[in-house]
Order: sequence, then structure tokens, then C-alpha cells
Amino acid sequence: MNTVIFRTVAPFLTALMVLFSIFVLLRGHNEPGGGFIGGLIAASAFAIYGIACGVQPVRRALRVHPMSLSAFGLLLACLSGLPSFFSHVGFLTAHWVYPEVFGVDLALSTVIVFDTGVYFVVFGSITSIALALEERESD
Amino acid sequence: MALFGVDETVIAVLAPFAAALVAPTAVRMFWHNAAWLLAIVPALVFLHFFSYVGAVSQGQTFEEGFAWVRGYGVNFTFYLDGLAVLFALIVSGIGTLIILYAGGYMKGHPQQGRFMSFLFLFMGSMLGVVTGSNLLTLFIFWELTSITSFLLIGFDHLLAASRRAAMQALVVTGGGGLALLAGLLMIMNVTGETEMSNVIVSGEALRNSSLYIPILIMVLLGAFTKSAQFPFHFWLPNAMEAPTPVSAFLHSATMVKAGVYLLMRLNPVLGDTAAWITILPFFGGLTLLVGTLLAVRQTDLKLILAYTTVASLGLLVMLTGAGSEVAIEGAVIYLFAHALFKGSLFMVAGLVDHECGTRDLMRLGGLRKAMPITFLAAVLAALSMGGLPPFIGFIGKEMLYDGTWNLADNALLLTVVAVLGNGLMLAAAFGVAFKPFLGAPTKTPKHAHEGPVLMWLGPLTLAFCGLAAAVGIGWTGGSLIAPMAGAPVHGDYHLIPAHISAPFYLSLITIALGLFIFCRLDAVRQIMARVLKAIGWGPDRGFDQFISLVVRFAGVFTAIVQPGKMQVYMNTVFVVVALALLVPMGLYGEAPSMPAMPDFHFYEWLVLALIVMGVIAVLVARTRLIAIVSLGIQGFAVAVLYMLFGAPDLSFTQFMVETLSVVILALVMTRLNLSAHDNRPFRETISHAVIAIAGGIGFGALLLAVTQVPFDSRLSDFFAANSRVVAHGRNIVNVIIVDFRGFDTMGEISVVMITGLAILALIRVRKRGGKKEETPPGDGSLAPVSDAKPEVAP
Repeated sequence: MNTVIFRTVAPFLTALMVLFSIFVLLRGHNEPGGGFIGGLIAASAFAIYGIACGVQPVRRALRVHPMSLSAFGLLLACLSGLPSFFSHVGFLTAHWVYPEVFGVDLALSTVIVFDTGVYFVVFGSITSIALALEERESD
Repeated sequence: MALFGVDETVIAVLAPFAAALVAPTAVRMFWHNAAWLLAIVPALVFLHFFSYVGAVSQGQTFEEGFAWVRGYGVNFTFYLDGLAVLFALIVSGIGTLIILYAGGYMKGHPQQGRFMSFLFLFMGSMLGVVTGSNLLTLFIFWELTSITSFLLIGFDHLLAASRRAAMQALVVTGGGGLALLAGLLMIMNVTGETEMSNVIVSGEALRNSSLYIPILIMVLLGAFTKSAQFPFHFWLPNAMEAPTPVSAFLHSATMVKAGVYLLMRLNPVLGDTAAWITILPFFGGLTLLVGTLLAVRQTDLKLILAYTTVASLGLLVMLTGAGSEVAIEGAVIYLFAHALFKGSLFMVAGLVDHECGTRDLMRLGGLRKAMPITFLAAVLAALSMGGLPPFIGFIGKEMLYDGTWNLADNALLLTVVAVLGNGLMLAAAFGVAFKPFLGAPTKTPKHAHEGPVLMWLGPLTLAFCGLAAAVGIGWTGGSLIAPMAGAPVHGDYHLIPAHISAPFYLSLITIALGLFIFCRLDAVRQIMARVLKAIGWGPDRGFDQFISLVVRFAGVFTAIVQPGKMQVYMNTVFVVVALALLVPMGLYGEAPSMPAMPDFHFYEWLVLALIVMGVIAVLVARTRLIAIVSLGIQGFAVAVLYMLFGAPDLSFTQFMVETLSVVILALVMTRLNLSAHDNRPFRETISHAVIAIAGGIGFGALLLAVTQVPFDSRLSDFFAANSRVVAHGRNIVNVIIVDFRGFDTMGEISVVMITGLAILALIRVRKRGGKKEETPPGDGSLAPVSDAKPEVAP
């Protein structure tokens, strides 16, 4: 697998896949997609990068430990339940706002925050497992 | 009263938790002076609860808070009456002084911020216990105090003794907490109420219930472990491993009184039965005597105080169970006095330890010149503890003698126990307060001098409060004590006894007895030491034996169910799965009928053929790697099938799961250095094949059977109708995951993360162990992936 072509293409492929995973995450509410699938795509993106270029470059590229990303995701998911606390409705009840940014109507909600949390948890957990497995004893 | 739509009491209970978050930053910015800033929080909480005193003393009660989990009757509600308010005042008032004291005591400690943070976490939890109304919320706060106590006792986690003491306290109080949970659930079951405010007015419901005795036992287990009643008292002296601010705050003034609080709280509905007025005075009295006897045996200032705390708690339990209103009032006033003088004396002990480097009574002496302020605080507090006028301790003692002397049953016995206990207590108090300060100066590890203002402010304030509360007994009694005792305002408290009666003579006897023992303290100590040596065994040793028994049992049990052989696990799991699927179907004749062959398009046939080919490829593959990749063929083909039959989300996920499974399996294989070929002997291959085929047939039959049952479309209809309208999403699958059933997803992602952490730990263990182990991480690494599958199933 350690071919020149693979090693050259891998970073671009990874970037593209990460981008795609974000796209999949954001469209999830109306089209096939969502945080789970997005997270899996992002995890495979970094798995590819790891197989091609080794574990250290992936760790450098991520900057933080993937497990921290996972924990961040869980925190995000929990926090998305907080607004319902203040409006005295059931925990995790969805809240929507429709701000107008540059003339475009945006539909923002606590649901997308929650889904982003799911994305990070799945991405972080699977990436840390994959990276830990890819690491050789000598690393 | 409400602020931003949230009741102020809710904010007051949550404020310490917020302070816990900022405490480390504050300490990093202002060093130990951050204590002045941080103390504002509990001071404000104190003021908040103080504002209720007037109304509560008129007999008013308040219910605040909001509904939390409606379906289960779990609410975030608070109930304020005299009992709750006085406890909240003690917690926040002493808490303020303790925060200041901790600022001085832990000055320069690298973990001071964390320490402050833990103290605040405890304070919030304790406020929750004493004001919480909902039984389940109360339980959560109750366990939180156990956990924060664990963190604080084990604060010096590098010391083995600290770790042991912390673990012991957690096992004893946490275990008692579980018993309490059982008791609370039974109370909820019997009364049908989830709020304490409703439970305590439920009248005879609990007493007449057939569950009365189980409820009583469970509640008492919770209360006795928390309040260190004999034979659970051993954890409290061990908890003295904690830094002194913790001992002063948790293990004398507040947390250990939680059990007493609970008993007083439930007294109206559980009390006044034969069991109640037998069990409580028996264990309380026993604890009082054991505690005081063990106290005079010690020479360590903190240990003396710890055992006298055990004794005082015993006294409180005894009075609570005595079954008379006067006794309860005696208990309340003594509880109040105890919080003041014991908090103060503990801080004095810490101050002496801090400035002299030792707290051993044998090595201390003549400190009155070097530490005059500390000496003053110690004397004032000890006079109150000894029950001398004009201190609040004296009034408490008069009141409790009045209570025990006029009891219907066992009056003489309880009075004798109380007199003996109080006499010994006075001797111990004087030992702590006078021995280190009087006599000739001794050489101490550190050069003794007066402590900083942060440190003497607390003990001095509390000691003077003990004096002021007694001088202004009219107000103290009417506003704090009587409403807490739940009695209509008596106003019958006197600093100077109105008439000479039995309690006064009993006081005289107590003081004489105490002074007599104090003068012969060394002799008494030696006698006690000899007695204890003769007995040899104690509950502390028993705890160790119990723990080692549990560990040995766990070892044997684990060796049986977890032999550590992967093959055994896999075989067991799949055999059980196959049996669970096939046996009921055979027994109940639920086997599905063979369906008619549907009309497939040619491309559907193609995909089916691909699946079969993939499976065959797995079976005939020459190396393991080829087998793993071939498994992918079958998986991808199934994903295509999902796509064709209109489940794009499922198909999407299946694609990703298959990709990652193949990648991770391949990685696991290379990592485990498995041989490339499958080397199973023929017999094993056959038995595995039988298990696999049985499992496959089982699942196939189950799916067929399920599809042959008429389809209930209620849920599908609901989601189809509401997904767009209510949740603003067209993708029903996603809407279900993140919105309608968001809480489930929350649980699932928590599992994903914990699994990830566990696998990471497993891989690390392998790495550190170096050599190959029989725990392939690959076994668990599929868990989050396979979790994802049911997740998206529509």
C-alpha cells in the first residue's frame, strides 16, 4: 500500500473526504446523511491518511488527541440540551432560530448542534482506535 | 422569589457548583488571597437562606424549583422549613469560614485550586441534601456528598493511608446510600409521593404499612453509615487523613450530620414506634459511649476530636429516637452547638498543626504565649463543648437532660448514658483546648507562632457565635431552634435555669465527672489502651477482612466466567444466540412458512449472486487477509441491496461500516501477528461450521417470521406525519435519531465513546505488557461499528 501514487493522493483524498463528511453531516436533516455517517466518513478519511503516510502525520494534522474530539462531541451533544432547561421543556427538546445572514434565510437549531456532537463522538472514537492499531510497537 | 425565571433557592444551591468551576482559575490568579473572593459565594448563599428565618419561624414553609423528568416524577424541587433552613445556614455559614481557612491552610500548595473546587462541590451537594424535596434528587445529592468526601479524604493521593481512608469512606457511606435508595423507593411506593414535603405529612401511611420494618432498616442503614454510628463508626476517624479544613467542614460540622438530618426529617412519619424508640437510642447510646471512650484514649488532637464527633452523633441519634418533643429540641440545640464548637476546635487543631508541625498532645505545651488568639478560640469552644455556662453547649445539655429525665421509658438508663458520655466529652474537650496551651513550652518541629488572619478568623468567629447564641438565646431559640424542632414556638430557653431542677443537678454531676477524668486523663488513657489491646479486633480490621473476602470471591468468580480464551467466549456467545433463536421457534411452533419466490429483476439477482459469491470466497480464501476482504464483498453487496429497496441512509451507513470493519480487522490482524493461514484442526472447523450454520438459519428464520406478522404502522405513520411538521426535517431516519429519540442517541454516543476509551486502554496494556496476550483488541473494536447498525435501522 506504500506506493508513491497512494502517498501523493492520500492528503487530497483525505481533505476531500473530510469536506464531504461535513456536507453529509449538514444535509442530514433533509437528505440521507447525518452525524453518524459523517463521522464514519471522516474517520475513514483519516484512516486512509494514516495508512498512506503513517500515524505521526495524522496526529500532527489533528492537533489534539482524537479522544478529546470524541469527548468534545459528547459535551456538545449535552450542551445542546441546555436551552430546553431554560425554557422549561423536556431535556433535548429542539429549538429553532431563523436568522437572516446576507439575505439568506438560515435554519439553525439545537438539533444540528446535537448531530455535530454525534459526528465528533463517532469520528473521534473510531479514529483513536484506528490510529492506536496502526501504530507499530516501534513508534 | 425568582431571578431570570429560576427560583433563587435553585441558584443558591447551584452557586457553589459554579464557584467550583472558577475556583482553580481564581487561585491561579490571586494565590491564596483568592479565598477572600471565593468566600463571597457561600456568604451570599448564607444571606439568602437567612432571609427565610423570619417567615420560617412563623411556621411558614416554602417549595421552590421546577419539574425535571416528568415521566418518572424526578423533580428539581426544594423544600424549606425550619429544619432545612437551619441546616442550610450551618452549611453555608461554616462553609464561608472554611473557605477562608482553607485559603490560609493550603497556602502555597500546588493543588490549592483543586482543593477549593472540591470544597465547593461538596458544599453544593450538602445544600442539596438538606433542602432537596424530591426523594430521588435528594438521593443524588446524598451520593454526591459521599463522592466529594471521597475526593477530599483522598486529596493527598500519594499517601497510601489517605487512599485507603478515602476508599473506606466511599464503600461505607456509598453502600449505605444504596440502602437508602431502596428505602426511599419503598417510601415512594407506599405513600405514592415523590416529594419529601408531601411524604412528611402522609400521617400513618408508612407506620401502618407492611413494609415499615424494611423501610426503617434501609433508611437507618443509610443514616447510620453516613453519621458514623457504631458499628460503622470506623471510617470517620480514618477520614482524618484529609486536610484539616475538610475534617472541620465535612467530618464534624456538616456531612456526618446528614444521617441525623434524615432521621429528624422522617421522624414525623417513621418515628414513635416500638422499633424506632428501641433501635435509635440503643445504637445512639452505644455510639456515644464507644466514641467518648475511644476519644480519651487518643493523643492526636484530630483523632480525639474525631471520636468525640462520633460520640456526639451517637448522642444526637439517641435523642432523636427517644420519642419526646423535649428530647428532639435538645437534639436540635445540641446539633447547632456542636456544629459551632466542633468546627472551631477542628480549625484550632489544624492551626496548631500548621504552626507547630505536630498535633500530638504529648509533644505540645505552653503555646498560650505564642498563639494567644488560637488559645482564646480553643477555650471558648471547649467551654461550649464541655457544656459550661454561659455557652450554647450548656443550654443544649440542660435541654437534653430535661428530655431524657422526663422520658416515659428508659429515662434512667438514657440519662446515665448521657451523663457518662458528656463527662468524658468534657474531659476530651479540655484535653484538646488546655493541654497544648498550658504548662511549660515544649520543643515542636516548627517554631510556634500565631497563624495568619485567614486561619484564626474562622475558629474565633465560630467560638464567639457559641457565646453570642447563648447570650441571645431568646432570639436563637425562637428563630432557629424551635422552628427546626418542628414544635410550635416554645420560647422556653434560658441561659440561667429558671428553677433548680433535675437537669441542673445532672449538669453539676457531669461537670464534676468530667473534671475528675480530665485530671486523670493519662491514667484513663492507659487503661483504655490496655482494654483495646485485650480485645484486639475492631470493625476497622473487620472492614479489611471483608474487602479481602470480596476480592478473593471476585477472583474465583472471574476465573470461572472469564477464562481469558477468546475461542471460548466466541463459541459461548454464538451457541447461545443460535439456541435462543431456534429453540423457542421449535417449542412454540412459530417456524415461518416458506414464502413464495418473489419476482426479481436481473440486477437484483446479480446482487444476490454477489453476496453468495462473497461468502464462498470467505470460506475458500487461502489466507486470512483475503477472507477479511472477501467479507467486505458480501457487506457491500448487502449495502447495494438496501439502496435498491429504498433505505439510502441504511445503505450509506452499511458502506462506511463495511469499509471501516475491513480496515480495522486488517489492522488488528497485522497487529496481533496472527499467522496468515487458518490452522484450525478439521474437527474444530466442523464444530464451528455447525454453530455458524445454526446461527444463520436462526436469524434467517427469525427475519422471515417477523415479516410474516402483520405490519403495525402506527409508529411509521406518526413519524411520517410529524417529521416534517414538528421537527422540520424531511429525512425521517435522521429526525428520529437526533430529535424524537435524541436521548437514546445521547446514551448510544456515550457508549461509543466509552468503548473507544476501553479499547484504547486495552491496546495500551498490550503495548506496555510487551509480549502477546490473549486479549485481541479487535474483539471490542467492532463494538462501536456494530452499534451503528441498529441505530439507523428504520
